[in-house]
Amino acid sequence: MAWDRNQMAARAAKELRDGYYVNLGIGIPTLVANCVPPGMTVTLQSENGMLGIGPFPYDDEVDPDLINAGKQTVSQLPQTSFFDSATSFAMIRGGHIDLAVLGGMEVSEKGDLANWMVPGKMIKGMGGAMDLVAGVKKIIVVMEHVSKGGGPKFIPECTLPLTGKNVVDMIITDLAVFQRPDHDSPFRLIELAPGVTKEEVREKTSANYVD
Amino acid sequence: MAQKIYPDAKAALDGLLFDGMTIAAGGFGLCGIPERLIDALVESRVKDLTVASNNCGIDNVALGKLLRTRQIKKMISSYVGENKEFERQFLAGEVEVEFTPQGTLAERMRAGGAGIPGFYTRTGVGTQVAEGKELKEFDGEMYVLERGIRADISIIKGWKADETGNLMFRKTARNFNQPAATCGKVCIAEVEEIVPVGSLDPDCIHLPSIFVNRLIDGSPYEKQIEFRTVREREAA
Repeated sequence: MAWDRNQMAARAAKELRDGYYVNLGIGIPTLVANCVPPGMTVTLQSENGMLGIGPFPYDDEVDPDLINAGKQTVSQLPQTSFFDSATSFAMIRGGHIDLAVLGGMEVSEKGDLANWMVPGKMIKGMGGAMDLVAGVKKIIVVMEHVSKGGGPKFIPECTLPLTGKNVVDMIITDLAVFQRPDHDSPFRLIELAPGVTKEEVREKTSANYVD
Repeated sequence: MAQKIYPDAKAALDGLLFDGMTIAAGGFGLCGIPERLIDALVESRVKDLTVASNNCGIDNVALGKLLRTRQIKKMISSYVGENKEFERQFLAGEVEVEFTPQGTLAERMRAGGAGIPGFYTRTGVGTQVAEGKELKEFDGEMYVLERGIRADISIIKGWKADETGNLMFRKTARNFNQPAATCGKVCIAEVEEIVPVGSLDPDCIHLPSIFVNRLIDGSPYEKQIEFRTVREREAA
């Protein structure tokens, strides 16, 4: 049986390590925050200028000056710090963030990521995604294995405009996990969701990978 | 001492506005936006504006107001979602957008304000953001040349400032306000409170007074929330 959204987030959370500074994208990646193992210290960074994101606030503690990069109200922690956007991206671009978990529309077998625009549709913009993939030490993409139309999303070459070239380290889908040790190596199928077979993954993937 | 404090936003913008000008604006979503100054820009009817700002507000809120009145010609932004009027004008070709990765935008403002006309970044290499721009290899990695932004004016929102313009921000409302402040030829700041000189700790100033040319007390502020998300209190 394929993983659901929370299970995909839980699988991504297995990549967390004690002491990590982590940036989580919008959607399924945000759910990773709920899966930090007890006893592990993970500090979440928000592009709009916050290190140490707390849980959503109680109703009477909502503060318009305290939001995350998804523009949702959040709370602060005793260890929280605030800073400006240029400093925030010095952290991101400068390689100070250990891990980013992002959503994806397409990932190529060479690790290219497309997740910001579909030609012909309204373009909302890339936000901080291009900076994250360019600067964060490890990039995990969490996405459905196939598109709404049923086509593969892990493919030989991206057809959509890129967010970054050769930037993805790990792909977690509802069916499987792919990983590569460095940016010169091919992706390897390292894990299957319960009840999913290698053959099913092969059938629903057009990218070349090792299994 | 030169007087930086103006009675209101309209007065603070007096003599600075002209059609076709470039404005750098602080704010992220609806957080930390210079709302009094935006209202005064709407009232001024200045047009053909190029606005460097991470977002363009939402429908008829923040910079969305300037969009509705068709005063904006071009946005330099990283994200313009959640704005139907923007979508309509964009798809109709009525407003131009220079999509700029968020970190590149922040650094373009910071660099412009720091006298750095361009810088190399890895962000956007191999994507359409890098098309037509100079690429250069450093230590085996490719980087793209991005330009610093120099704006005619900066409009920013702070929390507290002293009478000389030393300014503090509050929580995540700092965001683009700090880099935007530095890259305008004239920076106009609106704050929630102007306090006497000497009442802010010099070690806790986020934006030194040299970057603030004109200052208004814009209070009271309503501060809108784009996505109110809360958790339930656990039962006692």
